[in-house]
Amino acid sequence: MTESFAVPQIVIEVIYLIASALFILSLRWMSSPTTARHGVLAGEVGMLLAIGGTLLHHGIIDYKWIAIALVLGTIIGIPLGKVAMTAVPQRTAVSHAFGALCVTLVGTAEYYLRAPDISPFMMAVIGMEVILGSLTFTGSLMAAGKLQEILPQRPLTYRGQNFVNLSLLAVAIGLAIYLVMHPGATHVFPFIVGIPLLFGISMVIPIGGADMPTVISLLNAYAGLSAAAMGFVLNSKLLIIAGALDGSSGFILSVIMSKAMNRSFTNVIFGAFGQVQAAAGGAEEAKQVRSATAEEAAAILSAANKVVIVPGYGMAVAQAQHKVRELFDALTKRGVDVKFAIHPVAGRMPGHMNVLLAEADIPYDRLLDMDEINGDFPQTDVALIIGANDVTNPAARTDASSPIFGMPILDVDKSRTVMVIKRGMSPGFAGIDNPLYYLEKTLMLFGDAKGFVGNIVRELGGGQG
Amino acid sequence: MSGDLLDNLFIFMLAGFIGFEVIKRVSPLLHTPLMSLTNALDAIAVVGAIVLAGEHKTNMAAILGTIAVVAATSNIVGGFLITDRMLKMFKSSRGAKS
Repeated sequence: MTESFAVPQIVIEVIYLIASALFILSLRWMSSPTTARHGVLAGEVGMLLAIGGTLLHHGIIDYKWIAIALVLGTIIGIPLGKVAMTAVPQRTAVSHAFGALCVTLVGTAEYYLRAPDISPFMMAVIGMEVILGSLTFTGSLMAAGKLQEILPQRPLTYRGQNFVNLSLLAVAIGLAIYLVMHPGATHVFPFIVGIPLLFGISMVIPIGGADMPTVISLLNAYAGLSAAAMGFVLNSKLLIIAGALDGSSGFILSVIMSKAMNRSFTNVIFGAFGQVQAAAGGAEEAKQVRSATAEEAAAILSAANKVVIVPGYGMAVAQAQHKVRELFDALTKRGVDVKFAIHPVAGRMPGHMNVLLAEADIPYDRLLDMDEINGDFPQTDVALIIGANDVTNPAARTDASSPIFGMPILDVDKSRTVMVIKRGMSPGFAGIDNPLYYLEKTLMLFGDAKGFVGNIVRELGGGQG
Repeated sequence: MSGDLLDNLFIFMLAGFIGFEVIKRVSPLLHTPLMSLTNALDAIAVVGAIVLAGEHKTNMAAILGTIAVVAATSNIVGGFLITDRMLKMFKSSRGAKS
């Protein structure tokens, strides 16, 4: 590195320092919805500073391609920033893929620029960068495909799958170790990119739609770690910091998601989820359920003091959130206290349900997470479940033989009346029967979520006493 | 080199702890915007790609670098846009009434 022209390296480094501070502040401000938008602004300023500083870098001789790439990236980025809120999970997966692609390409270029003169440590981080980067790239594309329903959402499994997956990973790591010892073996390098690309695909194939929140968080962590590794390669402290922040965010979310699904952390790390499926379904079908009409449901709701609505992904699939908002308004106008209970895995990624409800203009202080709301259910007159199933299944508390035993659930069965809007009696995602539906206090409201909520709203508006 | 390495490991360790402490405090309400924001910040990898594309040491490095700039820039633009769009939707009932 030589210091030349007008801008000394130290100035660029100071700019990076400021950008790092802004990034940390940006995440700090995300702690509350009141300050969160400052966080975005801080992030944007930090990013602009960092890019501006980099463009001053003395080694840059050709700005043409940089300019074209920046413009092209912006053209691709704008539509990605404008997707519908229901499509945010797949958008996020695609952006993990892009991030990982960038890291992998830079790692590859750096390797070929430097080989064979690479220290063992440097080779180890380059190896980590491209392995994590390329598996995140294809893994995220697979996840996006499943979320967009281009690919089948059902988990695809075959015999020896774990063995095949682990072998692929082991071979890639083995070759990376070989490269650490023989950094000049340039013909080996393509394999430590290619094999993890395959591994990324095979890793996500066996994962079902219900596990997507965990997968996305995990891929987020991998993307962050690979970026941090790239920071080591380029000796860029800014990148190490950004990667470490992103990586820890991904890991924290993975842990939250895995706890909410009652999976162990090691289970998450090794990607061995999606295995809990397919337990015994309902053996005896003769159990009685009580059903009610929209008119009856409206009468019960309007007589209640406290109502808790439990939305699940089924609500979003039915596009019912705006009708739910109307219900919220109608009940609030009658003096009913309405809250929403959000299970951590409601939706297709962490926090997704909150975004969907916020989009429907439901105030965020009415959205309570599981730990906040569970103590309220015994004082709740009506728990109204819309499109959620397993997260309300009391078998998770009581039935040790249930596949979801131990999973933290919303204690809706403790409220005085439970109402469940559901198309029919088919079991939920994981194929597990829900004893909640057979309780004396439970009323089944059979129908489409959007239509049924609309009918309740009409009944409420009709002013029956 | 080994001095740099050690410095960088310290930075990584400290940033990891800061990340942990800061992100622990993020309300579950905002986990989706959090992920899209960290995604945009992570795209700071663009700085490495810009140098590769601009230094033009070899054709291959320049091409890979240019593609990498495209990928990272789309994350920056898309990530910040969607995060802000989501955050704009979060309204408090107290704020709405006043």
